[in-house]
Amino acid sequence: MLEHLLEVNNLEVRFKTYGGEVQAVRDVSFHVDKGEILAIVGESGSGKSVTVQSIMGLIPTPPGKIKNGEVLLEGQDLLKLSKREMQKVKGSKISMVFQDPMTSLNPTMKVGKQITESITAHQDIKGQEAKERAIDMIRLVGISNPAERYNQYPHEFSGGMRQRIMIAIALACHPQVLLADEPTTALDVTIQAQVLDLMKNLRDELDTSIILITHDLGVVAETAERVAVMYGGMIVETAPVNELFNNPKHPYTWGLLESIPDIHAADKKRLVPIDGAPPDLFSPPKGCPFAPRCKYAMDVCVEAMPPAFSIEQGHEAKCWLNDSRTPALQELAAGREQL
Amino acid sequence: MYIVKRLLTMLLTIWVIASLTFLIMKFIPGDPFASDADVLPEEVLQNMRAKYNLDEPIAMQYVLYMKDLVTFDLGYSIQSETRSVNSIIADGAPASALLGLQAMVVALIFGLLLGIVAALNQNKALDYVSMFIAIIGISVPSFILAPLLIKYFAVEWGMLPVASWGTWQHSILPTLALAATPLAVIARFMRSSMLEVTNQNYIKTADAKGLSKSKLVIRHGIRNAILPVISFIGPLFVSLITGTFVIEKIFAIPGIGRYFVDSIFNRDYPVIMGTTIFFSTLLVLTLFIIDISYRYIDPRIKLTSGGE
Repeated sequence: MLEHLLEVNNLEVRFKTYGGEVQAVRDVSFHVDKGEILAIVGESGSGKSVTVQSIMGLIPTPPGKIKNGEVLLEGQDLLKLSKREMQKVKGSKISMVFQDPMTSLNPTMKVGKQITESITAHQDIKGQEAKERAIDMIRLVGISNPAERYNQYPHEFSGGMRQRIMIAIALACHPQVLLADEPTTALDVTIQAQVLDLMKNLRDELDTSIILITHDLGVVAETAERVAVMYGGMIVETAPVNELFNNPKHPYTWGLLESIPDIHAADKKRLVPIDGAPPDLFSPPKGCPFAPRCKYAMDVCVEAMPPAFSIEQGHEAKCWLNDSRTPALQELAAGREQL
Repeated sequence: MYIVKRLLTMLLTIWVIASLTFLIMKFIPGDPFASDADVLPEEVLQNMRAKYNLDEPIAMQYVLYMKDLVTFDLGYSIQSETRSVNSIIADGAPASALLGLQAMVVALIFGLLLGIVAALNQNKALDYVSMFIAIIGISVPSFILAPLLIKYFAVEWGMLPVASWGTWQHSILPTLALAATPLAVIARFMRSSMLEVTNQNYIKTADAKGLSKSKLVIRHGIRNAILPVISFIGPLFVSLITGTFVIEKIFAIPGIGRYFVDSIFNRDYPVIMGTTIFFSTLLVLTLFIIDISYRYIDPRIKLTSGGE
């Protein structure tokens, strides 16, 4: 079997709170190949951010705890590294862009310095050379007058420009993997498109793999090559992007797709919300986490956790509907309505 | 332009403070010679009042005082006739300022250190120890701490002089006694400021860069956490260097602290005015310096004369 660049296996993350232990991430496995863009989609609280922050070792422990699993970067388990060893990986092999560019830059430090800092921390480059590298990075992310901008402070940049700076910081050491945690959520739609294009172009140029976290399926369709859908701390469906939009195999994915407004719809069409609330992760159900909200739920869904059914090459869905013994959907839906 | 405007505002501020003090002071019942009224004949009292212009109407007294003030003449003390207020301040201020400065340095260094250590070890032993020290510093008044310091360091162990002013050894105990409270206040303030900064997103960004812990704390943490602390260092600094009644009294230090209090009891009008103006001038000046320095400490702040 071909080795993947980054592989997350059976990751389990919990947080201790006063109310009990939250099982934020439950048995999550996925992988990214070189130069690939993987999108992780899911609603708030589905465990997306926690998953990628665990990869970076950014989960505060305590209260957080990585209970189980491994994060393999080129075969090396990052979770087993010491803090000092992890320091060398962070920012150089894997780096991260955060959601809110307005608060993610140090307000009292020149942006140029914030980029050079990342370079000098990992590479044997100093002074003028590091500065030139940083200026190159500012130019690379599409900001004009990079040499002047180098000496400016974050408050002199707009939100979109700050996110470009964040990307410049993240890519300064040409990492193999870029984790982008909702990088466009805090930006205007037009700026969103620019930032996404920028990330795609940089991927082509630097051959960086990207894990893009988002709850925006529009962003997914535009940017990603593969998608993992998260729900209740688990990945419920993984598929190449076209396959996911054309042949989704999990009722939660159906729900997500139905909730997208369609500009081409002929007559007025109401958006279909998914009824109910996400599962309580203090005591997650033993069966499928989506079962209580699922139109097609069967007895088995509540009783047993569905395994990952392989639909096609690279397409898996954790849903009992994909079992060969399951009756047709129409029958299930009809049977439910009779009850 | 900003600086000129600012300097004019400062003059105005000092003038307002001087005028208000003058007015309020005249409203206090009694006058400098009230205690002599039984002993001295009426004519003598009249002459004395005339000497200090106290027989004039208040408005006239005000004008006369302001005229002298413009030429930096603060007049003569009524209590000790031979001494000008200028010389009282000139004699007392250096000792008070030196003591205050030392206390400030001690309070800053140890206060910041204690606060940072506490924040970095939140809810661990070092945090509790630091905050225990801080709470003692805040809750034990200086008039208790000072005698305790004297009892042990001077009397029992004989390490340091008991009181008075002279060599630098003389200044150690009063410095400690004076520094305790501001040290504790700075420590607590720095701790909470540091904790707040630690939860900021930019700290996560810096962490994600793979910076070493020390760079993370110093460049990104302390640099930002210290900003709110600076804003209250100004007034604290002024109140320390202008002398403190209690500490100077206990250690018999020839500072100006006691004049603030004594002058009010004695209705020594020129000294009340002089010390108040001296204090407020220093305060206004220090605030000005802090505002200017903010520009270099916090790049988000620009010095403009009003508006954007």
